[in-house]
Amino acid sequence: MRSRGSVAALALLLPVAALAACAPSNNSSSSPSASASSCEKSQLPLLNNGTLTIGTDSPAYEPWFSKNDPTNGKGYESAVAYAVAKQLGFSHDEVTWVKVPFNNSYKPGAKNFDFDINQISITPARAKVVDFSDGYYAASQAVIALKGDPAASASSIADLKGLKLGAQTGTTSLTAIRDVIQPDQQPAVFQNTNAAKQALLNHQVDAILADLPTAFYISAVEIPGSTIVGQFQPETGQQEEFGMLFEQGSGLVPCVNQALATLKSNGTLAALEKKWLSDVVNVPTLQ
Amino acid sequence: MPSLRELERRADRRRLRLRRLAISSAAVVVVFVGLALLVVSSPGWPVVHQTFFSGYHARHSLAGIWSAFWLNVKMFLIAEPLILVLALAIAIARGARSPWLVPLRLVAVAYTDVVRGIPTILLVLLFGFGMPSLQLQGVPNSPFFWATAALVVSYSAYVAEVFRAGIESIHPSQVASAAALGLGRGQTMRFVVVPQAVRRVVPPLLNDFISLQKDTALAATIGVFEAVFYAQDYGNYNFNFTPYVVVAAFFIALTIPLARFTDWLGRRYLERERAGVL
Repeated sequence: MRSRGSVAALALLLPVAALAACAPSNNSSSSPSASASSCEKSQLPLLNNGTLTIGTDSPAYEPWFSKNDPTNGKGYESAVAYAVAKQLGFSHDEVTWVKVPFNNSYKPGAKNFDFDINQISITPARAKVVDFSDGYYAASQAVIALKGDPAASASSIADLKGLKLGAQTGTTSLTAIRDVIQPDQQPAVFQNTNAAKQALLNHQVDAILADLPTAFYISAVEIPGSTIVGQFQPETGQQEEFGMLFEQGSGLVPCVNQALATLKSNGTLAALEKKWLSDVVNVPTLQ
Repeated sequence: MPSLRELERRADRRRLRLRRLAISSAAVVVVFVGLALLVVSSPGWPVVHQTFFSGYHARHSLAGIWSAFWLNVKMFLIAEPLILVLALAIAIARGARSPWLVPLRLVAVAYTDVVRGIPTILLVLLFGFGMPSLQLQGVPNSPFFWATAALVVSYSAYVAEVFRAGIESIHPSQVASAAALGLGRGQTMRFVVVPQAVRRVVPPLLNDFISLQKDTALAATIGVFEAVFYAQDYGNYNFNFTPYVVVAAFFIALTIPLARFTDWLGRRYLERERAGVL
């Protein structure tokens, strides 16, 4: 009898002991958060020494990336990433890309990238959880509809109110629908841009919203029968910007910001924008 | 007046009972408090607490989750009766004996084989994106409709197998008795076999029903803004996972009463079936 009791007690304590055994020690993850004293390549706090690990989502959409391949340096964000890497002293071959779904980019714990570049808008709420670089692109919102649909003839934000609008989850396009347009019907929310495009084709929504460069690509290449109805700035006064995402407290932020500042002042960013993001002069602005 | 020995026995039993109670309470306290302490004292706990158990985000997402959750509820309430009817029809079709009905049997077999082989999420995606693109007159366009249709198709194949198992578990003597009473094959199925079979498979049916409730979340893939998708969307804005935990609580709250109800139902069936034996 007695022995059976102690066996039972042991069986009970096993899970606790096992958990205790696998409880992580308090030496934090491999990512050093000590700020780099200088932005020398050898001094940078990196995930893997000697390589810069950059994350982005898959699919990586045009015109930010080209052919869903971030490593080719084509597309605005790929080009910017390689320009920043070059500023920091990394050759093309010293850059590794990892696939990071958007909702994995902000999960707690150690990140598997040095920074993530994925059209992520900088917002105060997000900045509490992760660190952002300075903005590398200022996005305005664009409305895409099928040619010949009533939505295509909208000429003001008020004209959009009665429509069924859609956008991808977590995007500022969706925020713009909810806060700026405030349509009569609940907006349609999609897991990704492809789902939104399909819904537009299927007439399940009257129009979809995306940032202007994406909208350009959709209307010019992906959905031949579609058109950009117009563009608008979502926030009053506060220009919305895309930033690179870092683990909170990453020591790499100041160095990346320094690189971005250099690229801004020497005109590289503007040139890349001109090269990869179409001219946006002839899109009417919706008031 | 009990004898001295009997009194001793009673005291002994009381002592043993108390001892068992003490041990079990101690064990519960040690294990659960130990686990709780382990979790809370882990180095990552402050971050996990902020990210998954933030009171602020729970409060702020609650109203949205509540209203989005009705979509899930609506979806399985519509789907479940359709599934039960369709699945029973398939199960009975598989049991058809007439040579005329062989094509029907083949269709039923092929249906269960093929549909069960396809992951439910794929069915949802194929229906949700494929059907509306046909642009057929009269074919509904709503993602909600197609997500529900995909769930009905997927689950009816599983539930058909449950029904078939139930039907095949009915003892042949029941069928023989029905024949002796002069019932035809159809009548035997309707009055003797199927009612008993359905009662017998209530627990696995509920199991599939709970599974269906949870799979309503798959509708998110084609843009149905249900509770899990709402939580994801909220999380994507605020970089916080607390709404996921809140939604999980919602689903659990839905499931547990149902499980107790089926237990009760199953017991009642048993008592009736074995009246006087138990």
